[in-house]
Order: sequence, then C-alpha cells, then structure tokens
Amino acid sequence: MTRTMSLAARRPAGTAPLLEVSDLRKHFALPRPFLNRVLQAEQHQLVRAVDGIDFTIERGKTLSLVGESGCGKSTVAKLVMGLIGTTSGRIVFDGVDLSHAPAGAPAKLRRRMQMIFQDPYASLNPRWRVRDIIAEPLQTYRLCASRAEETREVDRLLEFVGLNAKDGDKFPHEFSGGQRQRISIARAISTKPDFLVCDEPTSALDVSVQAQILNLMREMQRELGLTYLFISHDLAVVNFMADWIGVMYLGRLVELAPAETVFASPQHPYTRLLLDTIPDLTMARRGREPVAGEVPNPIDPPPGCHFHPRCPFAESRCRSEPPQLRETVLGASTACHAVEEGRLPPAVASGFAGGAIPTDGAHLLGKIAPPDQQLVG
Amino acid sequence: MALLEVDRLRVEFPTRNGTLTAVDDVSFTVEEGEVLGLVGESGAGKSMTGAAIIGLIEPPGHIAGGEIRLDGGRIDALRGEALRKVRGKQIGAIFQDPLTSLNPLFTVGDQLVETIRTHLPLSVAEARRRAVDWLAEVGIPAPDKRIDQYPHQFSGGMRQRVVIALALCAEPRLIIADEPTTALDVSVQAQIIALLKKLCRERNAAVILVTHDMGVIAETADRVAVMYAGRLAEIGPVKQVLEKPNHPYTAGLMGSIPRIGPRPERLIQIAGSMPRLSDIPAGCAFNPRCTRVFADCHVHRPRLAASGDGAVACLHYEGARP
Repeated sequence: MTRTMSLAARRPAGTAPLLEVSDLRKHFALPRPFLNRVLQAEQHQLVRAVDGIDFTIERGKTLSLVGESGCGKSTVAKLVMGLIGTTSGRIVFDGVDLSHAPAGAPAKLRRRMQMIFQDPYASLNPRWRVRDIIAEPLQTYRLCASRAEETREVDRLLEFVGLNAKDGDKFPHEFSGGQRQRISIARAISTKPDFLVCDEPTSALDVSVQAQILNLMREMQRELGLTYLFISHDLAVVNFMADWIGVMYLGRLVELAPAETVFASPQHPYTRLLLDTIPDLTMARRGREPVAGEVPNPIDPPPGCHFHPRCPFAESRCRSEPPQLRETVLGASTACHAVEEGRLPPAVASGFAGGAIPTDGAHLLGKIAPPDQQLVG
Repeated sequence: MALLEVDRLRVEFPTRNGTLTAVDDVSFTVEEGEVLGLVGESGAGKSMTGAAIIGLIEPPGHIAGGEIRLDGGRIDALRGEALRKVRGKQIGAIFQDPLTSLNPLFTVGDQLVETIRTHLPLSVAEARRRAVDWLAEVGIPAPDKRIDQYPHQFSGGMRQRVVIALALCAEPRLIIADEPTTALDVSVQAQIIALLKKLCRERNAAVILVTHDMGVIAETADRVAVMYAGRLAEIGPVKQVLEKPNHPYTAGLMGSIPRIGPRPERLIQIAGSMPRLSDIPAGCAFNPRCTRVFADCHVHRPRLAASGDGAVACLHYEGARP
C-alpha cells in the first residue's frame, strides 16, 4: 500500500487518476493429471502471472506496459477489463473498486472501459455484418433511442475511423487487417468510453498500416480525451504512444517511469537490455554483441529478483530477496537492488542524446559475461 | 559470376477466378557470401520468391516464367533426386516458427544426424560427433546432453538455434532465412540474427533474408530488395535503400516505422493497403497509394532503372519507362 501512496502523492492536486491498480495479483493453477496426483502426490503448480503490481493512469494519458512474452502484460489487461477475476489486489476505476465486480458490472462504469485486441482476424465475428458488430455495444447499453439513430451513429463511427459508411453492410473478411482493426476501434469507441485497453493493437499489422492505426489512436486521444492502457512489446511504438511506461518481467513491474525518463535514463538493467535490443535503423550499431539469455519459464521463476540470472550486476542479495519498486530519479520507480545501492553505472541516453550513438551494447549493461556463461537451457 | 541469379521470375497460382501472379518479373543476383535482404509487407511475394528458389512452391502454384540459376546451372525446373541434391546440400532453409520446422517425434540429434548423413558421406558415429559440434557452434550449452532431447525440451530461441544448425550442417552455399526471428522475443531476436550472420560469414555462405522488419535488415543485410505486390520496387546497397530511398514506397515505409528519439506528432503514413493479387492496378502497382503519382503511372508499368548503386522501378526515374 505504501507504494501506491507514494505514487498517488505525486499527482497534481484535484485530479484523481482514472485508474489505480494496487498490489494486483493473478495466479493460475496448473492442474497435474489425476494419476500423478494420486500416485506421485504431485501438487498443483502455480503460475504467478501477475505478482503484485501497482500503477496509476492519469486522465487523458497513456500508460504502456512493455515486456516480453510471459511477463504478464496481457493478463493485466484482462484483469483491468474484468475478463478474468483477480487473485488479490485492487483495481479502482474513477473511484470505484472493480476488483471483485463480475465482468460487465456495474454497467454504468463498464460502458466507459473498452478494449482493442491484438488480432483483428480473431476478434471480429466472421458471420456478422460490420454494422451489427459496431452496433452491438450500442444495443447492450441502450445508447440509441431508435433504429434510425443507431444507423446514423454506426455510419458516423465508420467514417470517424476512416472507413466508408457503406462498408457497414460488408462482412469482416472483405477487409484488410488494418481496416479490420479500424472496425475494432469503431466498436470500442461506440459507447463513448473514457478508457481504452489496447493489447498489442498493431503487432499483427504491416508497418505502413501500423502507422495509420497509431496515428488514428493519437488523434482519438486528442479529440475524445481518451485514457489508454497500451500494451506492447515494441519500445519504438511505445515511444510514440506513451506518457508513462511500465516495464514488466515475469509478473512484476521492474520499472515505472515517465516515457522520456525511460528512454533518456533507463535504470533497471532489464529496461536497458530491452532498449539495447531495438534494431537501429541508422546502422550505426551493426556488429554489436547482443545480450545473451532468454526469459525463464514463468512456472518456475528464479528466486529473489527474477532477472538475476541474466543480470550482470547480480549479487547474493539479488538471488534471495525480491526487490521492491522504489522511487529513483525524476519521478521514476525501479525495483532493483543494484540501483538502490547505487552500484549501477549511469546509463547512456539512447536516441535522445542526439549526438554520440554508442557502437556496442556494453555501455548499457556495463561489463557483460561471455554469452556462453549466461545461456540458460 | 554471381552465386545465384534470379532472372525474370514469375510465380502463378491458377484459381477459379483467373490466374494470380504472386511473383511478377523479379530479377536479382546474390553474390557469394553476401546477405541480401528481401523485404516487403504481407502479400508482397517475398516468401514466395524464397520458396521458388528452393523449389518449395505448393501446387497448384508454379514457376510460370523466368529462370533461377545457381553457379550458372538452372535449378528452377529440377525434380526428384536432382532437386534433393540442391535443396539442403547447396541451399539451406530456415523458417519462421522453429517448433514447426522440427519434428516433435525425433530428438534433435536424430534430425541432425539424418540431415548430415543425407548430404555428407559420414558414418553414424562421425555424423553424431559432428552434430554435437554443431550444437556447440550455435551456442547450445551442454550439447552432448541436449543432443538426445526432443524439440519441446528447448526454449524458443534454443529451437531456432537448432534449426540454424540443421540448415548449415550440410555446408550449403546459400541460406534462405524466411522471417527467422519473427516468432521470437525481442531480446532473443538480436542473438539469433547475430549468430546467423557470424556462422554464414565464417563459412562464406550467402543469405537471402526474407523479412518484414527493416530493423533486422539494417543490422544484417549488405543489399536490400524491396518488394511490392509481387514486384521489385527497389534494390540496392542497404545504406542507400534505408537512408536515401528512391522509390516512394520505400520512402513511405521507412517514414512509417516508429523510432526511438524525440516523439513526432504524427508518423508518416502510406494511405490504403497493399492490393490483393486479384486486384493489382494497371501501370505501377503502387499508384493508388503514391504521393508522387502522375498520369503515366496509371498506364505504364515501370522497369527497373539504374539509380545510384542500385535500381528502382518508378517512372520518375530515367530508364524506367518501358
């Protein structure tokens, strides 16, 4: 709780954040087969998909959760939307605790929260006409008084997202990936929400189409004053969208900071690693040595700080004691013993510095053990 | 002479509603030891071009025109045993998803030994020794233990390392890598790309790297060919194509990639999307989306015209007019 307080204390007076998440947890049980349980007394295993995370999102702002597969970022999205129940923790939307409310309830609040999914080929019902897909939320929340008004509203939404009102009579398969994602967006904003959860909304799209969708989402934010929880694994996309960035690793937030701070002075070694893996289009860093190692299996994460087997700064404390998210610089919080103890070399700003672009990854991670020693099986 | 010459390649798919041309008049060469990036968005024909080179086009698709020559000898019309001697031995392949490129019912050792013995005259024991060496070479720890494990016992990155070992173990001279890192996490992508590059350089093997990711190209390729709607839009040295793109499509593509650095108000975007193969416009295929379109673009289909150290298929360039 103290962590939430410190985050809350930082906000300007009089404007409560739209979403406050505190100590959120979601554990999934992995059932063992019946015979293994009976004969070998095997216990159910627990996957701590989300293991105690705290964040807040201010009105009209974007928080991005980034991380690699298995870090729990999509689980957070589903928890916030109420698509799955929480194990523990609080999700407070506009002052109301939703952590134990069933999906869809209370309707008055749920209308204001909508979600855009990753794969527009899977998230639209292939047997429905686009008009019906977009009108469904309008009917669910009884937002239109008459059929004619509903038709007008669907036409308006289609045109708002850059499609043609006539497209409403088509089926999803008649559209390209980018157009389908526009349909998903039209459906999501049909209820006039304040808050959109976007789970990798462009990772299934080609880059030229991704640019269209990202531009549209920024425009929508400006025009409609939307607040986004934007989930992505692509830091360059996040740089374009986010005001705040939360970096997740195996169910925990390792860094939570304003976007500029993350890019200008990344603190956590994992954040530095992620920044280092962004391919450089200027070709200035060709031939650099990539950082070794992979994300471990979330069923059996390393003890202490989950990142320690890959971390060049790991010490005995990191192997036993999980670090807490603590404030470090410029409003940023980091969960890292090395940062807290001041044993981490300052990071070189990537990109924002404008001038010297480093020629290898070593500057970010300090001295790195030879790759062979770090490979985990 | 170039290692590989692709000359006016055309791949067609007959359908009930007419013939679709997936690869349309594509020509390029690959020199020995060179990394050629083949980029484009989905439906551009880049994977199909790669598949045509190793004879992996699924019927009813077929090569309908042009030639593919390896060391001057035609390989586009090979069948049966003759094709098998080229595929695997001369040209190796790496695909996107390592889990589907490996047989789940055999250990990685079985698969490596089989591949090695198919192409090289070695005994089982020798092949196994070589397989262990290969696993060590691609950075798999404890290779003498891991060789007897099954693909599901490896992580995604480790699996792709095994696939790289499989592609390289017959010592091919050309590797076709089709989106080799797309299914992997970002921190593993860089490792796999670096490994592939290092191994191919050491063995002087050329690579055709098929990808949609300009970042991967920027870090790896010597030259780049940009494809659009089954056609080559532009080809040239990586620096020229990425930094001073000639074709309006390449320019738009480069502008639409979000980057690290000061945040722009808007990304440059290309209107619309790639046309379906059944619906390719007359003239230049890019004309409905092009910001520099003029009357001729709707009439003439541009040819590749020399520009700088490369070539570009755009009517704004001299020599592109047919």
